Amino acid sequence: MASVKFENVTKRFGGFTATEGLDFEVGDGEFVCLLGPSGCGKTTTLRMMAGLETPSEGKVWIGERDVTRVHPKDRGISMVFQDYALYPHMALADNIAYPLKVRGQPRPERHAEAQRVADVLQIGHLLDRMPAQISGGQQQRTSLARALVTPSDVYLFDEPLSNLDAKLRLDARGFLNHLQRDMGITAVYVTHDQAEAMALATRIAVMDRGRIVQYAPPLEIYRRPATTFVANFVGNPPMNLIEAEARIEGGQLHLQAPGLHLAPLPVPAALATRAPGRLTLGVRPEHLALAAPGAANRIEGRLFANENMGPETLVTVTRTEGEARLTARIFTDEAPRLSGAVAFGFEARHLHLFDAEGLRVPGDGE
Amino acid sequence: MKRFSLLSPRAGAAFITPAGLLVGAFVIVPFFWVIYVSFTNRTLLGRTALNPEFVGLANYLELFSPHRFLDPGQFGFSLVLTIQFVLFSALLGQAALGMALAWLLQQVPKPVKAMTETVVIGAWILPEVVIGFAWFAFLDYDGGTLNGMLDAVGLPRGDWLLDYPFWVIVVFNTWRGTAFSMMLFNSAFASIPPSYFQAADVAGASSWQKFRDIGLPLIRGHVVTDLILITMWTFNVFTPFLLTKGGPGNQTEVLSIYTYRVAFRDFDFGKGAAVGVVVMLINLAFALFYLWVARKRTPGGAA
Repeated sequence: MASVKFENVTKRFGGFTATEGLDFEVGDGEFVCLLGPSGCGKTTTLRMMAGLETPSEGKVWIGERDVTRVHPKDRGISMVFQDYALYPHMALADNIAYPLKVRGQPRPERHAEAQRVADVLQIGHLLDRMPAQISGGQQQRTSLARALVTPSDVYLFDEPLSNLDAKLRLDARGFLNHLQRDMGITAVYVTHDQAEAMALATRIAVMDRGRIVQYAPPLEIYRRPATTFVANFVGNPPMNLIEAEARIEGGQLHLQAPGLHLAPLPVPAALATRAPGRLTLGVRPEHLALAAPGAANRIEGRLFANENMGPETLVTVTRTEGEARLTARIFTDEAPRLSGAVAFGFEARHLHLFDAEGLRVPGDGE
Repeated sequence: MKRFSLLSPRAGAAFITPAGLLVGAFVIVPFFWVIYVSFTNRTLLGRTALNPEFVGLANYLELFSPHRFLDPGQFGFSLVLTIQFVLFSALLGQAALGMALAWLLQQVPKPVKAMTETVVIGAWILPEVVIGFAWFAFLDYDGGTLNGMLDAVGLPRGDWLLDYPFWVIVVFNTWRGTAFSMMLFNSAFASIPPSYFQAADVAGASSWQKFRDIGLPLIRGHVVTDLILITMWTFNVFTPFLLTKGGPGNQTEVLSIYTYRVAFRDFDFGKGAAVGVVVMLINLAFALFYLWVARKRTPGGAA
């Protein structure tokens, strides 16, 4: 087990900057998810940890060692690849035992070790099959077994579940979570699926255009997104963002937007000294409910879509003509047949404020 | 299944006729003509030029006559020489060297790789005559580049074409053909997902381990194809003639040159045709083996 540290790491491919000034640390025993849309630099970041890419600038540390220019095999890492990278000409036993083979372990011992790990991952009965003869989920576990067969300081995962179908992905996710709790490994896990990151991570690094925009525990990211980008990326469906005209009058913050009726708010300390101008108001779909008539805080619009998901229903309205949609997540039992004008109510404490640059305006007590 | 065609059958036939006539005149007719001639005593000049006689298997028996079979200038000698030539210049030279180069190319920076590929392809596309002359100039005793270079570093010069004719054509043919094997293996390696090698890197495999455990097994199909193709090509190659003319003596008279000498220098068409037929049968065996191997590895899909 060991920690991983990035010191001001920049990686350029020709004229393209994949990551810029990355500065973060993965603690010993942590499970960190690098989360972001495709092209945000998360896989490049992981590959620099693995030693498959070399930073253009900056340093990478594993434990107490500067590994910036150290070969992958000397870093004490294991890695699970997105395409699993199983060798099609080797039986599962040989695939799993390959890291032991290159270390010169004799065949009976390394096969015994492969059997032990495979049993833990419940693929022990498949060891004499070839990769083409097993299912996608089993292939995924095989590649996991190959990563786990040698004790490593850090385990790296490059979107390991993205090639599985939805149900298998949930299974595998639960299994990974269990494994992490069981073994207490240090892991860095790349994904574009925010639900996966929320479920697995002890901390999430949300990345956008080569930078980390927020690095915090999942609940913190969910409850206090640092930017509108994070607010929009984490959560399913994402947070509703409403552009609003803001002014301070009589020591209170007034927000105005089409369809929005909001009682004046206390002025956050951060806004006390500057004129707010435009602000972005955020509210999560699960914090919206159908408004009681005459509620002080409400948003009105016309019904756009009504998607029944079983236990809950996603109700989407448009506040203005065509644009500016807003989605609420409502228990199906509480959702009557809707049509025409719809009003959502919410509590002021569930509001998020972002300034004109999209940065969070801290609420009082944050 | 319905078949769609751009042309009516008649128009198609019209287009294919000229090519068909050419192939018929220059491939199919000579094929059977050679088989026929090999059973006669036809020569260029003299009594048997116009009225060749049917001699049965006499030409073949002469080729395989046991007491002189392996004498220099005889069929057996050339056959053994050709097998050695194939072994050294095709299998050890082109294939092994091409494999080594292709593997090394996988691990060098892109510009180095691109430059090497260009140079090697250059050697591959030059016309045979140009290459023959270039090598002749390189190896010449008096004004040759090689001896000039040896002089410059104070090493003794050698009369390569006279003293080591066999090794000259081995090196020459290796130089000539390595490009093909290298490019074929190179593209075969490139078709392997990079994550296979990266996973091995992370696991701690050395370059040799990656080659032995992953690279080579995954391109086995390409290796078989390559070996068979270059074996056939080297078996039939005539270019060494440009360097040594089969000599000195008969020291570099590989089968293709032997055939040429018998038919077009000794003008013994019947015997030359018989050699041609035997070589054709050997090639046919290679081709059938190739097709068998190719068919065997297709259903598995693991090329």
